[in-house]
Amino acid sequence: MKAFTFKRGVHPPHGKHYTQNKPIEYILPKGVLVYPMIQHIGAPCEPIVKKGDTVLLGQKIGEQKGFVSSPVHSSVSGIVKDLCPMLHPNGSKVLSVVVENDHKYQEHESIRGILDYRSLSKSEIIDKIKEAGVVGMGGAGFPTHVKLSPPEDKKIDYIIINGAECEPYLTSDHRVMIEEAERVVEGLSIMLHIFPGAQGIIAIENNKMDAYEALNKAVRNHSTIKTIMLKPKYPQGAEKQLIYAAAKRKIPPGKLPSDVGCIVHNIDTAVAIQRAVMRGRPLMRRIVTVTGGALREPKNLKVRIGTSYRELIEAAGGFISEPAKIISGGPMMGTAIFSLDIPVVKGTSAILCLTKEEAFRPEEMNCIRCGKCVGVCPMNLLPLELNGYAIRNELKQVEKNNGLHCLECGSCSFVCPSNRHLVQSIRTAKKQILINKRKNS
Amino acid sequence: MSHTMYTISTSPHIRSRTSTDRIMKDVIIALLPATIVGIYFFGIQALLIILLSIISCIGAEALFQKLAGRHSTIKDYSAVVTGLLLAMNLPASVPFWMPIVGSFFAIIIVKQFFGGLGQNFMNPALAARAFLLASYPVQMTTWIIPDGISSATPLGTLKETFFIPGSADYFNALIGRIGGCIGETSALALLLGGIYLLFRRVIHWRIPVTYIGTVFVLTWILGRNGLFTGHPTYEILIGGLMLGAFFMATDYASSPVTETGQLLMGFGCGILTSIIRIYGGYPEGVSYSILLMNLAVPLIDRYTKPRIFGEVKS
Repeated sequence: MKAFTFKRGVHPPHGKHYTQNKPIEYILPKGVLVYPMIQHIGAPCEPIVKKGDTVLLGQKIGEQKGFVSSPVHSSVSGIVKDLCPMLHPNGSKVLSVVVENDHKYQEHESIRGILDYRSLSKSEIIDKIKEAGVVGMGGAGFPTHVKLSPPEDKKIDYIIINGAECEPYLTSDHRVMIEEAERVVEGLSIMLHIFPGAQGIIAIENNKMDAYEALNKAVRNHSTIKTIMLKPKYPQGAEKQLIYAAAKRKIPPGKLPSDVGCIVHNIDTAVAIQRAVMRGRPLMRRIVTVTGGALREPKNLKVRIGTSYRELIEAAGGFISEPAKIISGGPMMGTAIFSLDIPVVKGTSAILCLTKEEAFRPEEMNCIRCGKCVGVCPMNLLPLELNGYAIRNELKQVEKNNGLHCLECGSCSFVCPSNRHLVQSIRTAKKQILINKRKNS
Repeated sequence: MSHTMYTISTSPHIRSRTSTDRIMKDVIIALLPATIVGIYFFGIQALLIILLSIISCIGAEALFQKLAGRHSTIKDYSAVVTGLLLAMNLPASVPFWMPIVGSFFAIIIVKQFFGGLGQNFMNPALAARAFLLASYPVQMTTWIIPDGISSATPLGTLKETFFIPGSADYFNALIGRIGGCIGETSALALLLGGIYLLFRRVIHWRIPVTYIGTVFVLTWILGRNGLFTGHPTYEILIGGLMLGAFFMATDYASSPVTETGQLLMGFGCGILTSIIRIYGGYPEGVSYSILLMNLAVPLIDRYTKPRIFGEVKS
């Protein structure tokens, strides 16, 4: 069968063998739960509880501010212990609600299931998704209700569910596709209900044939949903690359998926939508792949948002060797963390504990102009040239040479034989350019 | 409670296993068949030239970096590659001081003066060859054929006479029993090395294939005795073409990084080589063609920048 893909890209070692065949295990939090008021892209939430308040499972504790924002809910019942800045997986301190778990898991009255989503209107469904705090579960955390509200004049032809999971080591989507295939399809059906006329596509890399089979079975009675196979390649799951592979459409620079009639959602986001709309449950849990050579027993865990990373490491048997680096997310785009005392947030896809060998970081050498970075860049940029401009701080040149269109996928740095910090320098330059723009406007 | 602080850095956190020294080692491995053939046909003299050239290149790099107070880069094997390539481009009969002078020119003037590895605007070995050819034309064009008698190269013969190659000539050109520089005579050995480099993805087909293809087509069409009188298969087997196309024109620092640019590089080298061979004063034009195209690389790269993904033609 034909597998689709995009041009260029890289083939990093998969590292998925650790956990791809391990069923999802469900763990309950032991210690306090920490809920940062930023777990999404957009305006931070405002806490609506105070110290000493009793909260119930599923109760909203952070109210969204503005349209591009997303509320936060308590994933346990208990007492608000504190309201203070706490360390966030992104490395900064973020205002958080700290909840002491009473281990009773008493549900808030707002949790109510429905019989049939087909009786709901588009705005009612989007409102339910918004109220449930659903954001993109792939890592970036873009509020889902915003993605589902494209301008009225944009006709949506395809709703694509991203089952590529091209980041090495990650298997949480893989397991969800196998174990919760029906829910993924239901989540997609809900989206198709609000975009009648659109076709649903579930795209899966063909190194996960078991997931492909499971979803194929689940879509059998859905005429508007099809599954397709993708070639395993990084960054196959990047939005532009995925849309090109699945719908043969190219997003022009500076445009959005909806401009080419597409909406892309992550696998687990589809499940979150299903839970939010059909069962009235806000986003309170997620699947985290806890893996890497430094762990005793790598696992796929279903955990409550707010649980400490440390508890997840313990659930995976602890370390067998001193980890050289711990990463929140995948090895290509994840964030290295310096402390385990941080909470699982909506975007935590994995905790990766790399051994010294896995995290080997050789010395940076001269660029030999081999052009390998040019040959792998999925955006057709010239990373070696952008790197030159970035390190000389020639920001105008970075911008002129399309540096702002860099996806930051890291393929260039991965492949560079001289170990140059290509994407790193481009990322820094991009940030600086955006800061300057904000200052000048 | 433990307060271990883990190492942090920005992504990506894993790296491929390719490295500069591995690429250089691959080039050396790819040059081995041609090196062995060269030593077999040209004898111990060839071996000495090769060794002298490599050692002088390493020495020149070490000396320069020591004097300039720079970090030593001997371990990346790039100086070894330059030394080996320079020797491949010298006749076996040159005096022993010549590879030493050539090496110093290649490493210090062409490579280090312009910033070292990856910064040279020309292929160092070829620039050194051109420098030696201009300074010592007699020694640089005295050819010995493998049995030790001085003779003209096949390209010289083609230029001077109405020569029609027979099957024995094709065979000799393939295995390397012809006059020429140490490493350029055996098309077969060079082709083997070239295929190894392609297979290892050290080089891409774009430059060598368009280069050799252009020479094939042009020498056939233009012909040495009027239109369509050429012997294109023989033309691509002789002279420095195989060595130049696979090992010299593909030099990273002095070839384009864009896909279109690489095609242009091969095409340009092919046109220049054919024109020099057929109409020029020299019998062979590979070195000068590549050097001339090297100079055009920054321009080629600038004007062949790929459109970014999704951008539509305006």
